[in-house]
Amino acid sequence: MWAMIVKEFRQLRRDRRTLAMMIVMPVVLLIVFGYAASFDVTTIPTVAAGPEAGQVTHLVGEPFHVVATEPSQGRAWAEQQLRDGNAAVAVVTGSGRPQVLIDGSQLFTAKAAIAELSAAAAKAAVKGAAAGGQASPPASQPQPVVTVLYNPDLNTSDIMIPGLAGVVLVFVGTIITSLGVVRERQSGTLEQLAVMPLKPRDVFLGKIGPYFAVAALDLAIVVSVGVGLFGVPFRGSLAVFALGAVLFLFVTLGLGVLISSVSENQGQAIQLSLMVTLPQILLSGLIFPLASIAVGVRWISYLLPLTYFNEIARGVMLRAEPLAPLWQPFVLLALLGAVVFTLASLRFRADLAPAAPRRGAGSPRRPESARGAPGTTSATSAVGTPGTRSAG
Amino acid sequence: MTAPGAPGSAGAWWGTEDVCVRFGDTLALNDVWFRAEPGRVSAVVGGDGAGRTTLLRCLAGALAPTSGRVRRPIPLETGYLSAGSGVYPDLSVTENLAFRATAYRVPAQQARERGAELLARAGLDRVGDRLAGQLSGGMRQKLGVIAAMLHHPDLLVLDEPTTGVDPVSRADLWWLIARAAAGGAAVVLATSYLDEAERAHDVLVLDAGTVLATGTADQIVAAMPGTLTVASARPAGEAGRGAWRREGRWRVWNPTAADTAGAIAPDLQDAVTVAILARELALVPAAGASR
Repeated sequence: MWAMIVKEFRQLRRDRRTLAMMIVMPVVLLIVFGYAASFDVTTIPTVAAGPEAGQVTHLVGEPFHVVATEPSQGRAWAEQQLRDGNAAVAVVTGSGRPQVLIDGSQLFTAKAAIAELSAAAAKAAVKGAAAGGQASPPASQPQPVVTVLYNPDLNTSDIMIPGLAGVVLVFVGTIITSLGVVRERQSGTLEQLAVMPLKPRDVFLGKIGPYFAVAALDLAIVVSVGVGLFGVPFRGSLAVFALGAVLFLFVTLGLGVLISSVSENQGQAIQLSLMVTLPQILLSGLIFPLASIAVGVRWISYLLPLTYFNEIARGVMLRAEPLAPLWQPFVLLALLGAVVFTLASLRFRADLAPAAPRRGAGSPRRPESARGAPGTTSATSAVGTPGTRSAG
Repeated sequence: MTAPGAPGSAGAWWGTEDVCVRFGDTLALNDVWFRAEPGRVSAVVGGDGAGRTTLLRCLAGALAPTSGRVRRPIPLETGYLSAGSGVYPDLSVTENLAFRATAYRVPAQQARERGAELLARAGLDRVGDRLAGQLSGGMRQKLGVIAAMLHHPDLLVLDEPTTGVDPVSRADLWWLIARAAAGGAAVVLATSYLDEAERAHDVLVLDAGTVLATGTADQIVAAMPGTLTVASARPAGEAGRGAWRREGRWRVWNPTAADTAGAIAPDLQDAVTVAILARELALVPAAGASR
């Protein structure tokens, strides 16, 4: 047994990445996720409409934070603000009791808003009772009519399933893809690919194409099951959703290839994939509201593609958001995709073409002209041009 | 008369000119000149770490030399079997060949016919549907060679195609290799077996990245300096440094004697061993050689 223990420690010492994962990562993850793990909502972005919109700022206290007031607008404007994600709560004033619209797709924020409104109503009732000896609130302080939009029953599944679709894509796109490419390296077939008459771009796209198709199929299945089995609404445009999914897939597949290109074996690829996947699940707003994540950690959320896909999926499926108000997550997702894909293809190209400057890209079955002069000291290759024996 | 330098022309060759490959501080190939000619089989031999795989990787285009010049066909006309079998274990035999044929733009019908013919000759025709990962080591090597030569390459580079393969499969592999050469390909193979190297048209002997000898097997044997005798025990003293065990007895190399009584005619294995020994003795004159 002692021999085994010594051997394992020696192997572990040489596998620096695993060692770092075992010692450093738990501490880092605990700190990061410790700051992220919060359901507390401290700020509820609120808009106010109607003739008395200006007074809403003075009437509502913490955690409501009025971000816009439009006395000339009505309920339609208020709903649009919620739909476009500009606010979680909208107060519509006018004749009769004020209407409070709450975005149910922001589950924890909605619950916090309802709790605050209930507490305020109870407080007013107690105050009224103390002043007038009656239990109901005085007529001078009409209680608002609260309406929860997009997820009226505040179902957890309604807000989780759009995000979980993204998690499925992360698993397929990042983990499975990273294994697929690193397997080529381990089996020695990557070197075969390197010398084949295939362009690195073709190998790259050919490699990720099937994963893209499988991940897209997975997404369709997950969304269908979510809608059919769990009754999650799909109110928006399928095309907008698909566009977001395609962009997201490009990022996740690119991450998979990037991970595989820096991993020497499948074990390392899985370790790295988990390091990329776990923060996406915990910091993307899928579980904990982004607003509840400590500012010092929240910036990580904005580097994660799932954050933006989550926003798009919930926006389209629950709030029927069109493309225009979602431009920000779309642009950021595209930007992330461009960066990750470029890095991945560069790494992949370097992996695949160690003799890249010398590899022929000429037309089939026709030799290229000789490059480099014979006898030079620099490394040159004459691709496609045989030498000749001296006469005699 | 064919213009010099034209592909397929008489006297054309692929190979390396003054190639050096350096991995960090290690010089894996040192000024290597090597020629592989169409229709001929060239064997690259040498001990562990001699630089055989590095040279073959340069020839195949998998590795860029640090300096020097590599002459090789375009990738479409190069066939390569890397140190492993280079086949996908989770694809069947026919799927592996189909992938290779598509990558090398071999028409489907032609690929099927050639693949079937080569598989039949190599005794793999009954395992076409079997996954490559489920084949024996020898069968997998044969599949790797067939895949590498499926597209009629001008240069066929095979890294240890027969290592770990049983004698019957080795014979099959040599049939495939001879077939590729007969078809006009310049075949370069690395091997640890000197009896195999004797079957090649040309031999390149490498040691620590340096070319020790090159030519036909007969030329290398003829060029061996000194004489060789056989003894029942290792000679004592300085003479023992030039001795090694072979087939239960001791071969004793005398580097200076031109004609010694009882001298035997060396073969390629002797000549290669002497070449390596001579280099070691020259590098470490005072060190005792033990073999």
